[in-house]
Amino acid sequence: MTDQIFEYAPAPESRAIVDIAPSYGLFIDGEFREAADGKVFKTVSPATEEVLSEVAQAGAGDVDDAVRAARTAFAPWSALPGAERAKYIFRIARVLQERARELAVLETLDNGKPIRETRDADLPLVAAHFFYYAGWADKLEHAGMGPAPRPLGVAGQIIPWNFPLLMLAWKIAPALATGNTVVLKPAETTPLSALFFADVCRQAGLPKGVVNIVTGDGATGAELVAHPGIDKVAFTGSTAVGKQIARTVAGTHKKLTLELGGKGANIVFDDAPVDQAVEGIVNGIYFNQGQVCCAGSRLLVQESVQEELLESLKRRLRTLRVGDPMDKNTDVGAINSAEQLARIRELADSGEAEGAERWSAPCELPGNGYWFAPTLFTGVSQAHRIAREEIFGPVLSVLTFRTPDEAVAKANNTPYGLSAGIWTEKGSRILSMANKLRAGVVWANTFNKFDPTSPFGGYKESGFGREGGRHGLEAYLDVR
Amino acid sequence: MSDEPKRKTAKAAKPAKSGTSATSGKTATSQSPKSPATARTSGRTPVGAARGRVDVLKTYKLFIGGKFPRSESGRVYEVTDSEGNWLANAPLSSRKDARDAVAAARKAFGGWSGATAYNRGQILYRVAEMLEGRREQFTAEVAAGEGLSKAAASAQVDAAIDRWVWYAGWSDKIAQVAGGANPVAGPFFNLSTPEPTGVVAVLAPQDSSFLGLASVLAPVVVTGNTALVVPSERAPLPALSLSEVLATSDVPGGVVNVLSGRTREVGSALAAHQDVNALDLAGTSGDPELAKELETAAAENLKRVLRPDEDGTDWSADPGTSRLLAFLETKTVWHPIGV
Repeated sequence: MTDQIFEYAPAPESRAIVDIAPSYGLFIDGEFREAADGKVFKTVSPATEEVLSEVAQAGAGDVDDAVRAARTAFAPWSALPGAERAKYIFRIARVLQERARELAVLETLDNGKPIRETRDADLPLVAAHFFYYAGWADKLEHAGMGPAPRPLGVAGQIIPWNFPLLMLAWKIAPALATGNTVVLKPAETTPLSALFFADVCRQAGLPKGVVNIVTGDGATGAELVAHPGIDKVAFTGSTAVGKQIARTVAGTHKKLTLELGGKGANIVFDDAPVDQAVEGIVNGIYFNQGQVCCAGSRLLVQESVQEELLESLKRRLRTLRVGDPMDKNTDVGAINSAEQLARIRELADSGEAEGAERWSAPCELPGNGYWFAPTLFTGVSQAHRIAREEIFGPVLSVLTFRTPDEAVAKANNTPYGLSAGIWTEKGSRILSMANKLRAGVVWANTFNKFDPTSPFGGYKESGFGREGGRHGLEAYLDVR
Repeated sequence: MSDEPKRKTAKAAKPAKSGTSATSGKTATSQSPKSPATARTSGRTPVGAARGRVDVLKTYKLFIGGKFPRSESGRVYEVTDSEGNWLANAPLSSRKDARDAVAAARKAFGGWSGATAYNRGQILYRVAEMLEGRREQFTAEVAAGEGLSKAAASAQVDAAIDRWVWYAGWSDKIAQVAGGANPVAGPFFNLSTPEPTGVVAVLAPQDSSFLGLASVLAPVVVTGNTALVVPSERAPLPALSLSEVLATSDVPGGVVNVLSGRTREVGSALAAHQDVNALDLAGTSGDPELAKELETAAAENLKRVLRPDEDGTDWSADPGTSRLLAFLETKTVWHPIGV
């Protein structure tokens, strides 16, 4: 760290604000209870490997109980006037705002992401999402989904570990606003914020059975997806699991929306402002340790500015602070699990083995926990695994192009189609590129921006359906 | 297959136009129901028959990439009217034909999706104009294939043409209805726009060979998708004749490709094809086993799947926008606002 001008003093966030119980049960029909067979699993803090709590592992019978509770709750919940449903959801939004600091700390402990992100990005977006969809509950007939759109029934929802509470909000808020009831399964490695959300529902006075939380692993998720008592499956996660879910629901009446992987191209033209582009690139791939489905994991830089841009990018990466997620100065936190870390390492090693050049900023990683230094690869070809497969970690693959057509061809040369970035000062080029990129979200001269009013979702194998905005209602309504 | 020589031209003197229908005044039942004359009068307009002229019959062919090839397999299958009388030998598409058609549809996608909405709207309106001029032909084919009276068939054709005009008009309106600005909480311009999904395989309804066909095909192509159509297995002739209309209406080659044959065989090839983006299962209505099989195959590359209505579809009803929206993707573009 010889080139570092000054050091930062530690600025740890206090964890006293959150009280994590030694064990948690399943939240079914408004009450916490153990799994029928008594199985539990541990959830650890990925930054320290400290065990945070023991959580019930839901089996088939538990999933069945949760679906039944949701079914029983569906009739009265869907019969409530929209204005009344809205008030419950507004209450949830407000309680989330009140408990934002507590939940941010909890999320950082369970997930490993920096407190700066949970505090400034995750939690504000979570509350905003509920606030936005609350307002739709009594306006559905004006949403362009037919004159009298009907809820589907019971929604089975499965969410990932990268934005646990935010993904919960993306799933539960539109489902409740449209009059559905839900059974939600949080990710195995990040169950705690969903269980705290159960308490938020209690404080909001939400009728029992409207929201049920079943914790567990992939087997629990598979039970939920295959359960004949659900009418809707919403899944965010890997493309491989998404395909398996699509096969499971084939031939049923279950409506399906999938938000899956990506291999987003961040395209930098020679006229882009370098400093802004560098910030966008860093935000695009190192935000949330790169564990973002819409990450800008492929940098496509115009050949003539490659050298200048990479020099500037490397300089910036040397200033990223990697370490304790609870430190308010930390930019890059821990990888979520040992399993994910192994996958990142394996793919990064393949990049070296296939001939790309690896570079990481010098940084000291903590001894305990799961860590991976922000890394970039140059000399990457389109055939390399690191240019084709989703790494889901802080690893950037740098490719080059000469013409806009070549940039489009390379950007679209992937089975995914979730996100893309464009950096240029030329307006007409932005619009032309945006038209040609086959991706559900295109950020021009910015990256990784999210908002409850803005629909999000992929083309091709990045999944189908949209979350957010008016479009997000469609996933939970019978619009025929 | 048949032991009687069905493909004979009409020697019979009776030009009974309404052939097989019970509502016809001069029914064909006075003759042998299997006679060539009956087949002729039910399926093909017997203009020359009365004068003892030998009609020139049409060889029905596939429509792939704007051309009219036979099936590469050399196979055909017998298409009959509702009473079993021979109408034509339709091409029996193979998996290779399906692959060729996918390649043609993919090649056509860039140009068609990149055309202006006004241009697509005019081209599809042109299709309706051409259909109007061929009403008699389609009426005869629908009457024969579906066993309808001429009046009933004519009503189907009218409704199909009207439906086509209705969908053509959506080309430059759907983006305004399905897209729009999003009021994000920050200094950003944020716009959502619908875009075509890509190459769409359409298994057309089995029971409505022309109105049903128009109702599933028009919404796919009007928004800029390109299509692979598997027409009604039993009554493919209106779809094959529609190809001729499309070919003369400025629709670029490859935008619509028509693959007559076995729905299961061609549908399986298309559902499993990795360069097909979406699948309309209308033609599997009443066959849940096949629908499930194809939806399962479609999961391999996450095709968008439009399932058949559980209790059948009334093709004469107002279709709404759902078939348009089923094959659109929403793209959202962000840009900072600043000086």
